[in-house]
Amino acid sequence: MQSTAAPIITCRDLTKVYRMGTQDVYALRGVNLDFAEGEMTAIMGPSGSGKSTLMNLIGALDVPTSGELTIKGRALSKLNRDELADLRNETIGFVFQQFNLLHRASALANVKLPLLYSRTPVDDAAARARECLEMVGLGDRMDHRPMQLSGGQQQRVAIARALAGRPSILLADEPTGALDTKTSEEIMELLTGLASDGITVILVTHETEVADYATRKIHFRDGQVERDERKSA
Amino acid sequence: MKIGVALRSALEALIANPLRSFLTMLGIMIGVASVMAMMAISEGAAKQVDDQIASLGASNLTIYPGASRRGPRSGGASSDQPFTDADIDLIRQEPFVTAVAARNSGSVTLISGQDNWSTSLYGTNTDYFITQSLNTAEGRFFDDREVSSGAAVALIGKTVADSLFEGTNPVGQTIRANNVPLEIIGVLESRGASAGPGGDRDDVIIVPINTARNRITGGNPTVAKYVTGMEVGIADGYDMTDAQEQLEARLREIRRIAPGGTDDFRVFNIADFIRARSSTQATFGVLLAFTAAVSLIVGGVGVMNIMLVSVTERTREIGLRMAIGARGIDILGQFLAEALALCLVGGLIGSALGVGAAELAAKMGEFPVEISPRIAIIAIGASALIGLFFGFFPARRAARLNPIEALRHE
Repeated sequence: MQSTAAPIITCRDLTKVYRMGTQDVYALRGVNLDFAEGEMTAIMGPSGSGKSTLMNLIGALDVPTSGELTIKGRALSKLNRDELADLRNETIGFVFQQFNLLHRASALANVKLPLLYSRTPVDDAAARARECLEMVGLGDRMDHRPMQLSGGQQQRVAIARALAGRPSILLADEPTGALDTKTSEEIMELLTGLASDGITVILVTHETEVADYATRKIHFRDGQVERDERKSA
Repeated sequence: MKIGVALRSALEALIANPLRSFLTMLGIMIGVASVMAMMAISEGAAKQVDDQIASLGASNLTIYPGASRRGPRSGGASSDQPFTDADIDLIRQEPFVTAVAARNSGSVTLISGQDNWSTSLYGTNTDYFITQSLNTAEGRFFDDREVSSGAAVALIGKTVADSLFEGTNPVGQTIRANNVPLEIIGVLESRGASAGPGGDRDDVIIVPINTARNRITGGNPTVAKYVTGMEVGIADGYDMTDAQEQLEARLREIRRIAPGGTDDFRVFNIADFIRARSSTQATFGVLLAFTAAVSLIVGGVGVMNIMLVSVTERTREIGLRMAIGARGIDILGQFLAEALALCLVGGLIGSALGVGAAELAAKMGEFPVEISPRIAIIAIGASALIGLFFGFFPARRAARLNPIEALRHE
C-alpha cells in the first residue's frame, strides 16, 4: 500500500490546541499521516473535525501546538517566518473556496503575483503566467478582471496562480464549494490532471462526488483520523 | 519585490480609490504648499536685506559724535563735540580707508514753480559718490572745487525729480531749498523705493557740504566747518571689526580722550545695524515656516489614519499575499510604498501650489519672494520622510498579521 519513495509530507503526532476563553479546544489530537508524491487525497469530515486545521498546518500558514510536520524532508518547526513564506512560495500552491483574487488586477496579473515574491527572480514571469492560464484553459481571458469572469473561470485563475510557482504540493480548501455541479466537475478534472502530472494534491471537501475524484480519502472526526482509505487502482 | 514594482502597484492602489487618495493627499498638499510659500517669503525678505546692505555699502563704517547711550551721559548736548573738515582729512590718511564722506543731513522744503516737496538733504563731499556707489541718470556730479567754494548746485533723487519736474528734464533748472536757489546739475540713478529700513532712498537732495552748512541748514555757532557725521569706506577685503577698532583708537587720539575715558563718538557698522533690525523679521519667518511644518505633520497623521483603514480593509488581500509566499518585509514594503506615493504626489502638487501662492503673495503684497530649487527639494524630501514615518506603523501592522486570521477576515 505505501509507496516505496519517501513521502513528500509526513505528519507525526500533530496536535493543535486553541484556547477559547478559559477552555482548551483540541482541533487536532495526535495525527499521523504520510502523503506520497503525486498522490491525490481528499480530506473529509464534519465541520470542526480538524480538516481545515490540518490544511493550514501543511500549508505552513499555522504552527502545531506539538508534533512535527516535514515537507520534502524539512522539519517546519525549524523554519522561521521568512523561511515559511519562502516554502509557501516555492513548494506549495493554495486554492481557496472564495478564490481570493485581487479585484483590481487582471487574470494575468493575479497569476503573476506569486512570482513577484520569488526569492530567485523570475525573468519570464509574464510568459510563465500566460502558460499557466493556458494550462487551465483561460488563454483567451488573460486581460479580464475577476469581476468579468464566471465563478468557474475565477477558480481556474486561482488554480493557475497556485501553479505559477511550479509547486510540488497543491492545497485546495473546498475548491468547488462556491461552484455549481457542472463547473465543479471541470475543476476536479483539472486537479486530477495535475496530480497525474506528479503534483501532490490535497483537498478538503464535504461532497462525496468531489472526493470520489481522489485516489485516497481520509475521514476526520474530533481531530483524529477516523478512516484512511485508498482507491485500488 | 523590486522597488519599482512596489511603487507601481502602490500607484495602482491609489488610483483605485481616487477620491480617498486625493483627500488624504490634501493634508500633505496644504502642508507642503504652506511650507514652500512661507520659506519663499522669508528667503525673499532675507535676500532683500542682503541687497540693501550691498547697496548701502557693505564696507562702510559710519561715525557720529556723542557718547553711546549706554550709561549716564555726562553734560548736555554741548559735550557732543562735532567733527570738522580737519577730522575728515585726518581719517582719510589711514591706510585701510578708501573714502571719507561728510554726512550733514537735514530736512528741507524744495520749491519749484508752484510745487513744493519736503525731502532729506545731504551736504557732503565727492567721496559720498564712492561710499554710496552713486550713479547719475542725468547730468553730472559736483566736483571738489564746487564743494570747497560752496557752489549753489544740487543733485536730486528720482522721487524728487518725478514730484517736481514731472515729464521734463530737471537738469539746468533751478529749485529753491529753504529759499536758497540751487541749480540742478544731475539726477541720481534710482536705488529702489524699498519699503524696508532706509525708506525711499530716491527721496533725497544732495548738495556740496559748504553749500549746506553755510547757506541752507545754517552753521554751528561754535565750530566752523562742522561735520555732523562721517561715512568711511573701508578697503576691499579688510576686516570690518579690525577697521572699526582702529578707527576708534585713531579717533580717541584725535579727540584726545584719556585712556579709560568715555568715547564721545560712535562708530557703526550699518550692515550690522540692518541685520539686527531684520532679525525680528527672520524670526517671524522661521515661526511661520514652523507653523506650516506643523500642518505638514497633521497631514502625515491623516495619511497614517487612512493607511490604517486601508490595512484593515485589505486584511484578506494581505493574508492571500502571505499565503502565496510574501514575506513580512514584502507586505511592509507594499504599504510603505503606498504611503510614500501618497506623500510624494501630494508633495509635488503642494510644491506647485506653494510656488503659485508665493508668487500671488509677491504680486498682491508687493514684497519680494525667493523661490529656490533648494526649498522645493527640502519640501518634497520632507513629505517623503513624513510618508515613510507615518506609513511605517500601519505597514508594520500589516506585516505582522497572522496569515490564517488575515485570510479568514471578513
